[in-house]
Amino acid sequence: MSSKVTDQADVISPELMKKVNPAKWEEVPLVLNKRNFHWVTEKICGIVEQKTPTWWWWCFITAMGIASFTGLGLVYLVSTGVGVWGNSNPVNWGWAIVNFVFWIGIGHAGTLISAILCLLKQKWRTSINRASEAMTVFAVMCAGIFPLFHVGRVWFAWWLFPLPNANAIWPQFRSPLEWDVFAVSTYFTVSILFWYMGMIPDLAVLRDRAKETWRKYFYGVLAMGWRNANNHWRNFEMAYLLLAGLSTPLVLSVHTIVSFDFAVANLPGWHTTIFPPYFVAGAIFSGFGMVLTLLLPLRAIFRLHDLITEKHIDNMCKIILATGSMVGYAYSMEFFIAWYGANSYEGFAFINRAFGNYWWAYWIMVSCNVICPQLFWFKSIKNNIPLVWIISIFVNVGMWFERFVIANTTLSRDFLPSSWGYYSPTVVDIFTFFGTFGFFSILFLLFLRFLPLMPMAEVKSVMPAADPHGGKH
Amino acid sequence: MDIKYGVAATFNSAKDIYDAAGKVREEGFKNWECYTPIPVHGLDAQMGVGRSKVPCFTLAGGITGFFTGTLLVWFMNYYDYPLIVGGKPYFSMIYPFPVFYELTILFAAFGTLFGMFFLNRLPQHNHPIFEHPSFGRTGDDKYMIVIEIEDPKFDDEETPEFLKTVGGKSITMIRESIE
Repeated sequence: MSSKVTDQADVISPELMKKVNPAKWEEVPLVLNKRNFHWVTEKICGIVEQKTPTWWWWCFITAMGIASFTGLGLVYLVSTGVGVWGNSNPVNWGWAIVNFVFWIGIGHAGTLISAILCLLKQKWRTSINRASEAMTVFAVMCAGIFPLFHVGRVWFAWWLFPLPNANAIWPQFRSPLEWDVFAVSTYFTVSILFWYMGMIPDLAVLRDRAKETWRKYFYGVLAMGWRNANNHWRNFEMAYLLLAGLSTPLVLSVHTIVSFDFAVANLPGWHTTIFPPYFVAGAIFSGFGMVLTLLLPLRAIFRLHDLITEKHIDNMCKIILATGSMVGYAYSMEFFIAWYGANSYEGFAFINRAFGNYWWAYWIMVSCNVICPQLFWFKSIKNNIPLVWIISIFVNVGMWFERFVIANTTLSRDFLPSSWGYYSPTVVDIFTFFGTFGFFSILFLLFLRFLPLMPMAEVKSVMPAADPHGGKH
Repeated sequence: MDIKYGVAATFNSAKDIYDAAGKVREEGFKNWECYTPIPVHGLDAQMGVGRSKVPCFTLAGGITGFFTGTLLVWFMNYYDYPLIVGGKPYFSMIYPFPVFYELTILFAAFGTLFGMFFLNRLPQHNHPIFEHPSFGRTGDDKYMIVIEIEDPKFDDEETPEFLKTVGGKSITMIRESIE
């Protein structure tokens, strides 16, 4: 195979170039300060090989403390009954579904970064995809807690799966809740497979650098004997691409099916066809909010400024802006259709959403999800890292309220005014939800301590030294 | 006792190993391998190896998953314990489609991962290449070509010389200890 590569400038005559006078395009490198491969290896491996930092222990202890709230909440719930939550007629779903959809949605950005941006050949994804995938896996774990315990008798939760039980009745597949069992458990499994497979070459690097015996065994077993051989890479790259291709329809389907939990029900405010795309856009929006919330502090703590550059942050802000605008569009379209559809119940549901018993939640949602991200039109705001971090938290808050508004405004105003009610969470609800942030943090801190934060081989692949044609490609 | 596994040469850049791999292939070697810290773009073609077979496993997994889903729903809701729910049919290809869809993806993903493991002969925690003193560097920033003694064209004297002529550094004989 000939490796002769010609540059555009070699073919076009210099006079013509002078006449056309093309604008200069400055390609911002993805790894700054001309770092080499060895620097990347040292940097990423250094994070797990260094002595456990003091701040890590403080964070870990705090996270354990927060997580114990979930523990307490769940122990109390299991020992007493699901009535300790605020759910009652007519709002039977309450915070359980809100928290479930909130956490599942957060996971979606990780899959978007690892799968969809991979298929779209967005090279900037390489330095953020591992941490985002970890976020996905942990967020889905947090999400799973709520439906699992909402079933009431948690020891029968296995009845959700197609396993024979004493009553000889199988799960019934006409229910979107059963589709959700399949969607979420597939999502969790495939996310772990994708995360783990991408990690194998990096685990092999850690194995080869390991000095302590436990590290040699730990990383050795996980690395499966990976040898950096071209034959390995060939199959690995193909498998990676295929998993990206499989995860893309998967991530779109998961939040679609989550939205079916609502949309298939014949209730005003829920029974709309816009739900699947609107939920998916919202999920990606909230997920990117969480990615920024997690990565900006990590960037500062581990001094990753050469790997997570301003360009990365800028790109993420743009995605938040785009998906935030989609979400805003969906909110207004819902109102339009409620009016245009001329169904009085539907019309009431939406007027009630904005001005009814939960008006405050609706306007928190609109300010956080529609107004806040619009600030990202301004370069000065995108470049202001502390401000970006604060906005990312607003995005998370707004998206939690979105699910709260959707679930509660519809249920609390039933068809008959005699069945109207007002839902408030109990202290057990609040404890259980608050604790999941601790549970998430524990898992994320353990990930930081023991697993490679960034895919080293992928980061190296987007550096100029990776080009076999010496940069003349 | 030691037995020889092959001769290794290191390279410092992706460009060097890319060019060298082409020469090793032209020389007619068969049992040889490149070890690189990154998947080097175009190295497959330089080494003369074809496309990966992983997609076959993915496809097989996907088809299995789809029919598993179909069979599952048909058996549970139509054959073994039919129940009328919501006036919907006992079985249809439409209402349980999300289940078929998810199982297709789930099985295809398992097919992909295990297909990759199978084709790469992993897990394999022991391999003579690990005996090379600076093998670890191939995960960092070094590139390496290893020609095995199994190769019909392998020669104790000439092959190391040949690797030197294609630009290889620190030529080392890899030995595997046999107990």
